[in-house]
Amino acid sequence: MNCLECDATINIPEDAAVGELVSCPECGADFEIAKKDGSNVELKPAESVGEDWGE
Amino acid sequence: MARVCIVFDRLRLEEKMLGDQAQKMGHDTFAVDAKITQISTESKRGDIDFGDVVLERCVSYYRGLHFTACLEFLDVPVINTHAVAEVCGNKMITSLLLKKHGVPTPKTYFAFSSEEAMKMVEQIGFPLVIKPIVGSWGRGVFPLKDKDTAEAVFEMRDIEDGSHDRIYYLQEMINRPPRDIRAITVGDQVVAAMYRRSQGGFKTNIALGGDPEMCEITKEMEDLCIKASSAVGGGILGIDLMEDKERGLVIHEVNNTVEFKGLSRVAKKNIPEEMIRFALSHIRK
Repeated sequence: MNCLECDATINIPEDAAVGELVSCPECGADFEIAKKDGSNVELKPAESVGEDWGE
Repeated sequence: MARVCIVFDRLRLEEKMLGDQAQKMGHDTFAVDAKITQISTESKRGDIDFGDVVLERCVSYYRGLHFTACLEFLDVPVINTHAVAEVCGNKMITSLLLKKHGVPTPKTYFAFSSEEAMKMVEQIGFPLVIKPIVGSWGRGVFPLKDKDTAEAVFEMRDIEDGSHDRIYYLQEMINRPPRDIRAITVGDQVVAAMYRRSQGGFKTNIALGGDPEMCEITKEMEDLCIKASSAVGGGILGIDLMEDKERGLVIHEVNNTVEFKGLSRVAKKNIPEEMIRFALSHIRK
């Protein structure tokens, strides 16, 4: 899977689930796993931390 | 076998732990991403599968709060309830309810404009702590040690001019050791507690690198936490306590979507198991 920002390779762990976040090891951009079907993974840019985020 | 639904917007370790635990207990478990779900006034319970009970676990407070309202509209049992989420998401409402119900809580002062807030801090005296009424992880929480700092913070609030910036929540600075206590309550029991030490600064939040350390649950702590839980409406809650050197334990915050991955590593009880059991007890027959 390649980073949508810098095209570096992002390794998606086998047990990763839809909704989890992954980070690009090179540019640090965060992505959310939008779809996962076996080795086919679709990423979308992760939401940035909002003012109302937390517990 | 029950069907347990976890509503999320960012799948963190806590949500995975809850899902794994429910499965381990033999229940069908699935997660629903609030960000890609549509609900309307025309929706019926059977239109969207939310299982028998929902644990609302959104990291965005307003998203979770409003999603919970929709779930209750659909008659889906949800933990925590909308009423509890609304109270706990607002520090001012929480403080008022804690005091009203006789729970020891820091003295907290409210003003509704920067001018009045300035007059108020000069009357009360320093140091004080200013907190945003909505927010977490210690963000926007500052010690106010003198008039210059207060003026700077209030001016920033005026410049930002968000709707919540006009509500000034000022709390006495508690004379405490450099740590606070986080307890997790599930229903009417305290399932775990830990000390959170500051990293040399004023804040103790784990999200900011505060060090977790096991804390024995004393009878006093248990009684206060259950009283605080009851004051806000009950459920699954994260209760923050400080050790006031003069007054003993005081409760300053009650959190609605409690994070527990750090605490669960050292807790004697299985926190996700307690949470799932509590959720199952809310399934309507």
